[in-house]
Amino acid sequence: MQPPDSEAIAEQVFAALADPTRRAILAALASGGPATATDLAGRLPITRQAIAKHLALLAEAGLVLAESGERRRVRYRLRSAPMQVAQQFLAALARNWDGPLGALKAHLDQQGSTELHQQGSTEKEEGDRQ
Amino acid sequence: MGFPDRIERTVEIAHPPARVWAALTTADGLSAWFGQEASIELSPGGSASMRWDGGHVANMRVERVEEPTVFGFTWHVYGLPEDDPRRTYVEFTLEPAGSGTRLTVVESGFAQLPPDAHGTAFNGNTQGWASELGELVDYLDAAA
Repeated sequence: MQPPDSEAIAEQVFAALADPTRRAILAALASGGPATATDLAGRLPITRQAIAKHLALLAEAGLVLAESGERRRVRYRLRSAPMQVAQQFLAALARNWDGPLGALKAHLDQQGSTELHQQGSTEKEEGDRQ
Repeated sequence: MGFPDRIERTVEIAHPPARVWAALTTADGLSAWFGQEASIELSPGGSASMRWDGGHVANMRVERVEEPTVFGFTWHVYGLPEDDPRRTYVEFTLEPAGSGTRLTVVESGFAQLPPDAHGTAFNGNTQGWASELGELVDYLDAAA
């Protein structure tokens, strides 16, 4: 069911995030909304030329969208769709089942050793249901 | 190799399936090891929820109930926004193993794409936000 390009999308997101300049640009667009290269140069300790170069790469990768803004200046908007693809892969890595399953075993062991009478009532309920 | 669509774990538990089943499918059981508080309507389509200290809440939809061997539910994908429609499916399978139980949990659906990842709907959505903000400005201007 997995479309062949979802991993390519996620890879572009992770590659973009691995670079501190591109990470700063994406963070600025996420927190402040669409901005021009000049706007970003005023907010980040990066030259306008470097920002323009990185924005072009990010637009090519589909991570930002170039739009014509006021006075024909190009504004860049973060595209959240590829981020959502990457986020889902992170969800699989972040899911922790080992902790809860360990807690389940510990719970049943504790219940078994200290509450034998409860097991009796559980078996009685089983019997009542059948 | 790619990212995983599914996560699978198997554990051996030294208690019979009926005990494990109760721990997985009752509010008292779930709140003893999984959530801090739990509620559950144990039938397909029923809703269940767990709550943790700190305010995190998991809302589940019960999908399969085959006592005492299969219990399945769907829930929201961990880490995605609350309004994201994607859900993963969690299925517990209980098999007798000697006097105990072999419990397998499979969670699948991590690799599904957002329904609008490639379409215009997504861009429409962000423009929707921009236009909603624009409408708010118009509304406030009109009210002033």
